[in-house]
Amino acid sequence: MGKIYATESDKHRSAKASPSTVKFLLDYSKALEITEANGLQFESNLN
Amino acid sequence: MDILTEDSLLIKKYVSGDEKALEFLIAKHNKRLSSFIYSKVNNRDITEDIFQDTFIKVIKTLRRGTYNEEGKFLPWVMRIAHNLIIDHFRKTSRMPMFQGADSFDIFSLIGDDKLNAERQLIKDQIDCDLEVLVAELPADQREVLIMRIYKDMSFKEISENTGVSINTALGRMRYALINLRKIIEEHNIVLTN
Repeated sequence: MGKIYATESDKHRSAKASPSTVKFLLDYSKALEITEANGLQFESNLN
Repeated sequence: MDILTEDSLLIKKYVSGDEKALEFLIAKHNKRLSSFIYSKVNNRDITEDIFQDTFIKVIKTLRRGTYNEEGKFLPWVMRIAHNLIIDHFRKTSRMPMFQGADSFDIFSLIGDDKLNAERQLIKDQIDCDLEVLVAELPADQREVLIMRIYKDMSFKEISENTGVSINTALGRMRYALINLRKIIEEHNIVLTN
């Protein structure tokens, strides 16, 4: 029984976002530009 | 330096323009956050999606300068992920997603009866060829065939329009088809779809 529980929790522990997802986030962060005008913030993505 | 202060240091660096700090932040919490999401949704692709959306929110908040939970970065990120997980389950319960399996494929019930581009091209070609073949038929047979097939008229209506009996109209239709087949055979034309 204990063994079964151990396998299940291992499955959860091994979950990890893929390098492509991480790369997307880093690229997104680099492309995101926040500009402020008259107290309002505008988002824009620079390619 | 304990873990919490390290987070706030990385955040400060990131907010001041150090992109590398974000990479460290993601790498540091990747496993923990992914495992948390996976434990709730039990699907790797959805885990990736929620992880991505979580960090998009994190990035936006940090870049806007509205983040003010100094020292409590991970609980804050977990809360964002938690809310996104709830959103995900709300969405799926409102609009359940069916996934094809070996035993049951949803696309066996839902079909697209429209022709695909290739079949539409073939059909157009056949229609075009048939038009030429129909033009070869004797005038009386051609008239009946066009009325029946292209104008979708009944034989009663055809007989009224052409001034011949229903039986004659039926006969002309029969010969029109026989002659069409003959022309197709003689010229070795292949009409398939």
